Amino acid sequence: MSNHAEAQIANNKKTEKVFSWPNLVAKEFIAAILVTVVLLVYSYYVDAPLRELANPGEPENPAKAPWYFLGLQEILVYFDPWIAGVVVPSIIIMGLMAIPYIDVNPKGNGGYCFWDRRFAVTVFLFGFIFWYLLIIVGTYMRGPFWAFFWPWETWSFDFPTPPPLISLPNWLGIFALLIYFGFGMLVPAVAFWKFAKQLGFIRYNITMGLFLLMMGVLVKIALRLMFNIKYILQTPWFNI
Amino acid sequence: MNLILYFIRKLTETEVWKSVFRHGYTDTSRNRALQTISNVWLHLHPVKVPKHAVKIRFTWCLGGLTFFIFLFLTVTGVLLMFYYVPDVNRAYADMIDLMYVVPLGRLLRTSHRWAGHAMVITVCFHMLRVFLTGSYKAPRQFNWVLGVLLLVLTFLLSFTGYLLPWDQLGYWAIMVGTNMGAATPVMGYQGPFAELLGVKINNDIRFALLGGTQIDAPSLLRAYVWHCIGIPIIAGALMILHFWRVRKDGGISGPL
Repeated sequence: MSNHAEAQIANNKKTEKVFSWPNLVAKEFIAAILVTVVLLVYSYYVDAPLRELANPGEPENPAKAPWYFLGLQEILVYFDPWIAGVVVPSIIIMGLMAIPYIDVNPKGNGGYCFWDRRFAVTVFLFGFIFWYLLIIVGTYMRGPFWAFFWPWETWSFDFPTPPPLISLPNWLGIFALLIYFGFGMLVPAVAFWKFAKQLGFIRYNITMGLFLLMMGVLVKIALRLMFNIKYILQTPWFNI
Repeated sequence: MNLILYFIRKLTETEVWKSVFRHGYTDTSRNRALQTISNVWLHLHPVKVPKHAVKIRFTWCLGGLTFFIFLFLTVTGVLLMFYYVPDVNRAYADMIDLMYVVPLGRLLRTSHRWAGHAMVITVCFHMLRVFLTGSYKAPRQFNWVLGVLLLVLTFLLSFTGYLLPWDQLGYWAIMVGTNMGAATPVMGYQGPFAELLGVKINNDIRFALLGGTQIDAPSLLRAYVWHCIGIPIIAGALMILHFWRVRKDGGISGPL
């Protein structure tokens, strides 16, 4: 058989089609029924939470946002509210929207694959898992006054006073930021020249900028946990 | 048994039945195609789909389930609206009524709440599935953007619903959330550069969200209107676009 005929057969096999009725519709129907049953049975046995009547004079301690926002509330420990509550989610949303336009790798379209797009998959999975780890910490390991408790510890008001925090002097902070972002942008451009060239100047800068910002959150958390650093940079208008 | 089958056959042969249900279960290609295209609910689907697309392990049904849970929430939500009044003097009492007085009220409210959480989970994992299968790549870039917007709207739908029981949990959760809004640069009164626009506690973005300087009756009404009318309409419009684009951008993704 000629190569052309083989390719034709392979192509036909790939695009082999089945009728939506009943192949797809039946599965959707079963999935919908299963979810309805699970939801109703679960709801029958487990009540939704309902606390006392809202009372502005009596704050909950800890007061927690809904669970899906607890990752953001958790990084309030490490950042000022304007970063944790506004800038970080905005960058996440814009970064997510940018993904299709900065990922120019044509491979892995329409199927699970890791090796051909290991950078993209690794970074995305890292971010996804990071987000949920923060939620788990915020949900199960933060007690009164947002103090840290392991899941097996009972929440109490009798926790050790946290150590005093120190801030980097501004010259060191600016230096550290320049090093972090400067080297972070330059080193991969040199080390992975092909990757950078494939992306082009603008895409490369957006990709690495987003990547460094995400890792920056982790770096700041590490700096706080290891060296009690409060701020890296202080200005009259805002602190980072 | 034969009698029952006889009646079913007679019934499905009547003019009334045939005028409602056009196509039976005749196993021919033509009839299978008609089942999809002549049914307003099913014509969202193409007549034929690639074989890999109906494998559970490809989509895990996540997008479809997210939409189904949205419908479940719409039905239970509308039923809840028959009982619940977004007034600070009544809201909590209405919740108690739902839990202890209204027939099936407890199941209604509880399943609405858990379904809300379930939708947040399924939409997140739908995004993960779409990423891992590279389905955002050309020509489907814009549909991913729509998907991100729908993800955000799902969070906001759940968040606005959080205040409605008017209990301590919702009240202080909304306090945490809207205080973050107050820290918005330029537009929040506690954020950096707030003085640039002369933003104060009574004219900033938090004020717009709450309808006041603190969480009170206007905040409850705003949360209610956004939750039941505003966001569902926006999300519904985006869903129409999202599903339309799935079809128009070449159907479900698959190996090229």
